[in-house]
Amino acid sequence: MRSFAFHRPTTLYEMSALLGGVADSMPLAGGMTLLPTIKQRLAAPAALIDLSKIPQLSGISAQADVLTVGAMTRHVDVAESELARSKIPLLASLAAGIGDPAVRNRGTIGGSVANNDPSADYPAAVLALDAMVVTDRREIAADAFFRGLFETALDPGEIITALRFPVPSAGGYAKFKSPASRYAVVGVCVAKKAGKVRVAVTGAGPGVFRVAAMEAALERTFTPEAIAAIKLDAENLSSDIHADAEYRAHLVTVMAKKAVMSALQTS
Amino acid sequence: MSNVIGIGAAPRRKEDFRFLTGRGNYVADIKRVDMTFGVFIRSQHGHAVIRGIDKVPALALPGVHAVLTGDDVAADGLGSLPCGWGIHGSDGLPMKEPPFPMLAQGKVRFVGDMVAFVIADTLELARAAAEAVVIDYEVLPSVVGVLEAVRPGAPQLFDDVPNNLCCDWELGDKVAVATAFKKAAHVARLSLVNNRLIGNPMEPRAAVAESNGGTGHYTLWTTSQFPHVVRFLMSALVLKIPEQKMRVVAPDVGGGFGVKQFHYGEEAVITWAAKRVGRPIKWVADRSEGFISDRHGRDHVTEAELALDQNGKFLALKVVTLANMGGYLSTFGPNIPTNLYGPLLSGVYTTPAIYCNVKVVFTNTVPVDAYRGAGRPEATFVVERLVDVAAKEMGIDRVELRRRNIIAKESYPYQTPVLVEYDSGDPMGCLEGALAEADVAGFAERKAASERDGKFRGLGYSTYVEACGLAPSRFAGRLGARGGLYESATVRVHPTGQVTVLIGTHNHGQGHETTFAQIVSEKLGVAFDNVDIVFGDTDRVQFGMGTYGSRSLVVGGAALSKASDKVVLKGKKIAAHLLEASEHDIQFEAGVFSVAGTDRSKTFQEIAGAAYVPHDYPLEILEPGLEEQAYYDPVNFTYPGGCHIAEVEIDPETGIVALEKYTAVDDVGTVINPMIVEGQLHGGIVQGVGQALYENAVYDDVSGQLLSGSFMDYTMPRADHLPNMTIKTHSTLCTHTPMGVKGCGEVGTIGSPAAVINSVVDALSHLGVLHVDMPATPNRIWRIIQNATMPLAAE
Amino acid sequence: MIVSFTLNGRSRTVEIEPSTLVADLLRENLNLTGTHVGCDTSQCGACVVLFDGEAVKSCTLLAPILDGGTLTTIEGLSGPGGSNALHPMQEAFHQNHGLQCGFCTPGMLMTAVALATKNPTPTEAEVRRGLEGNICRCTGYQNIVASVLAGAAAMHAPGSGE
Repeated sequence: MRSFAFHRPTTLYEMSALLGGVADSMPLAGGMTLLPTIKQRLAAPAALIDLSKIPQLSGISAQADVLTVGAMTRHVDVAESELARSKIPLLASLAAGIGDPAVRNRGTIGGSVANNDPSADYPAAVLALDAMVVTDRREIAADAFFRGLFETALDPGEIITALRFPVPSAGGYAKFKSPASRYAVVGVCVAKKAGKVRVAVTGAGPGVFRVAAMEAALERTFTPEAIAAIKLDAENLSSDIHADAEYRAHLVTVMAKKAVMSALQTS
Repeated sequence: MSNVIGIGAAPRRKEDFRFLTGRGNYVADIKRVDMTFGVFIRSQHGHAVIRGIDKVPALALPGVHAVLTGDDVAADGLGSLPCGWGIHGSDGLPMKEPPFPMLAQGKVRFVGDMVAFVIADTLELARAAAEAVVIDYEVLPSVVGVLEAVRPGAPQLFDDVPNNLCCDWELGDKVAVATAFKKAAHVARLSLVNNRLIGNPMEPRAAVAESNGGTGHYTLWTTSQFPHVVRFLMSALVLKIPEQKMRVVAPDVGGGFGVKQFHYGEEAVITWAAKRVGRPIKWVADRSEGFISDRHGRDHVTEAELALDQNGKFLALKVVTLANMGGYLSTFGPNIPTNLYGPLLSGVYTTPAIYCNVKVVFTNTVPVDAYRGAGRPEATFVVERLVDVAAKEMGIDRVELRRRNIIAKESYPYQTPVLVEYDSGDPMGCLEGALAEADVAGFAERKAASERDGKFRGLGYSTYVEACGLAPSRFAGRLGARGGLYESATVRVHPTGQVTVLIGTHNHGQGHETTFAQIVSEKLGVAFDNVDIVFGDTDRVQFGMGTYGSRSLVVGGAALSKASDKVVLKGKKIAAHLLEASEHDIQFEAGVFSVAGTDRSKTFQEIAGAAYVPHDYPLEILEPGLEEQAYYDPVNFTYPGGCHIAEVEIDPETGIVALEKYTAVDDVGTVINPMIVEGQLHGGIVQGVGQALYENAVYDDVSGQLLSGSFMDYTMPRADHLPNMTIKTHSTLCTHTPMGVKGCGEVGTIGSPAAVINSVVDALSHLGVLHVDMPATPNRIWRIIQNATMPLAAE
Repeated sequence: MIVSFTLNGRSRTVEIEPSTLVADLLRENLNLTGTHVGCDTSQCGACVVLFDGEAVKSCTLLAPILDGGTLTTIEGLSGPGGSNALHPMQEAFHQNHGLQCGFCTPGMLMTAVALATKNPTPTEAEVRRGLEGNICRCTGYQNIVASVLAGAAAMHAPGSGE
């Protein structure tokens, strides 16, 4: 690979100093996207700032009705966390379905959310669960965080430190995964809390988005049948060699129904 | 003798240990003193004129030794990459054979076409230098599909190949077919696409080359299935190096499937470059580089018609195919969709008249060549799909229609109307066996259970035959082969009686080190552990055509069997001398030479010892030593085949096709090692399942870019896509190979695509669906269901 | 930079470019060529090794990360000191014909060992799911799945020492 420097801060303070002080530096989380990108010479950072040795960035905790997941918490840790399973089962099962075992052993929630790949799983959960994205500078509500294809509200050098998920009264995630890449062709996350329902879709468009019509319908009746007739307009959806836009539109409805079904079964 | 493990046994594989412990020796593992690294610059355009190449910025970088281009190739007067087959068109004229330069000259014709080779001290420096080379292209319109390529006004790849048509080839009796169609009670028609595939052996291609300035010798380590053929083609026809000064080594190779059975430009370029820079050079393809440079497979567009009488008896078959050759003719390219396709259209049926026309077409895509099965899966798919369409249209049960047309066991040898004579077979026996194994009787119940879950269930059959064991040289020569297709083996008995076999086939997963040792163990009565198999090195092995076309056991094993027989023959002469008996009275059994009717005997080891310590030895009439060599050229192809039954369940909501059950009953002739045969079937079947359900090489038809250029977009079958398969053999013996073997490397891939798609169509048949193109992806199936049920929904 | 870690049971200190990937460190710097590289998109799993006991793709792991950790490669799976004693999972692959060309085998074995360590009694479906990140082109997976089931049982059999 092209050469770059490597720094391994152990405190948030040290991390911020490096990110601010080292020119062309990039933060390294699990590296599941960043390293292939560098390998294929699509990125050429001068330095990588490894976040794995900063203790505050990892771990899962719960306070009242909020589950906090440190940004460097790996997918495998979320998938196997008793706390996550009991508080927000959809989050654990979503994490268990990302990539493959070796990817889950390295990939992190913070890396995934910050990267905002249009086919990634976590953004759907963050948006549907109305999570708070906590950074080293501020807190950003999910609705304000995702800004389309690989774009987020993060400023240069700003690092996600944790995600705070309000515990829903019911929630589910269903994914139609690409048989090749294992990414979501379409993934739908549904969460219900205090009578409000949020439906977030990943994979189908240039970035994760909510479906207001489904949310309204589910707030009236929280059943798969309630949204069975709601179809997205294919015009705004992605089309590629695996799935055309019309098919993706159809899959959004199918996956949303499955997500609601799963929410009903686990709540 | 103890520890003889012979034919029919299933010893665990000899080759496993080095692979299980990380001690394999693949090309990418090789390091040479002073080694440099090479990177190929490949065209990013499907079709373009090269207006200029500026090497200067790259050469100015530190550690860069050379940037070589097509101009350098031309200046050195080197040849272009040869095509091993020269076919003729229906007009009697030879195919159009434009040169395939090892580095592009003036023009690039596909994304991935090689433009330059950069050599530097490290891989990173070579990559940086490659980025610094400036290439000025004039981009031309691309054409990637065969239908588009032959249309008037299409972009033309070569000035002297009008309409991009390489060859308009035909086979069979056109008049007889036309006559039969006039008499037909029913004609079943089908238009289909055989999807383009990328073989993707898990080991990417790689090469290391060096030249010895002192002796003028060259060594090339390459990921090849046929090192001797590479040596011949490259030294004699491309680089013009004396053949005896060229050593080609194909060490452990991580899968081939045809992809590594061609002479690639990379091999010639790196060997030539090693001499020019005076240092060893290593090149290892990235996987993404492999996607755009490994030869692709399949890619046909076909119209087929089957004429039947009122009882469902096949009267005639007519097939018109456009076959994609890509941008140039690869080593076997034009042979695959013609000679390995047309003759298989007879299938296992008594169809009396067949006509096949194949238009071989150039396009701006990676050259297309053999991929596991090569031509025969395409033919089987046409025939087996048409049979199902005919059955449906005529209201005859699919199995019953097959029964009415299958060649009876008693009718073998059977001369087909398309060149080949099947020597033996029992397709009906395979069919009956498969029906039982697959529990076809219980299908209705399983289908009903699926329906209760809102799913569609289907069953699909494929009764098929292939021609393999490539190949009888004389026959192949008549069809256009420019080389021989025999095989060679040397059995070298050491003074200890232990044995080294030198064989011209190449083992890259097929278990030759085990299977061939079993043959020698049985034939010479030598312990299985005392036999080693050597392959893959032109300086060690006399000669060989390599491994492809399910030929290793059939042709190579036959040479080995013959060479072993010669060892026994010589051993008998030595034994006769030592035992003071007539040679005719010497018997050889289980490793012991004895005088018939007496208790006088000598062991194989004693005879080997005597051959190398010839104190008491008939030196006047016999040379010392015990080493024999045989070349074997088969008299016919072999014809393995069988019956495969696939069972799928379709989720109509998502269109996902789940393969639920798979049963294969195959006739592969004599089975040497049943464990290995079963493993070959498993892998072969899954490659066919991959074609049917998952794999598809897709080009953008405007830019000529490969859209499925990585494992992110090209769906490889994975463990969680598949069920456990049931594999049985129902063998008849090949009548012309020494051991009755027929070969098993490709049968799985040849039988399975049709079985799977027939099951998918069956699952959708209640919607009036008659055909589904491959791969049957969820999107495609969903779309088909939508279209079929649309009028219903509108009511 | 200097990186110290435990490799196949022995402590190692290496000086490397920070941009070195673990797969390259093993293959190029340490001549441990048993770990293979089969793709450039982190999809194929041929390069899987165990880092702190967990299966990871060495083609997508930076060598500096190894500092202070434990790495096991295919060369460290069988008996110590180059002994020929196979690990129960290796033996199971041998007995069940779980390999053909051998190229995916090291990654397949390391993934299988990690899987069976975590889940001593996996079902066939769990094994198939657990191998989703390892591509094999030769075997059709059937004998690999059988190998992993047998290997898991052997790893946890009484007296196996695991």
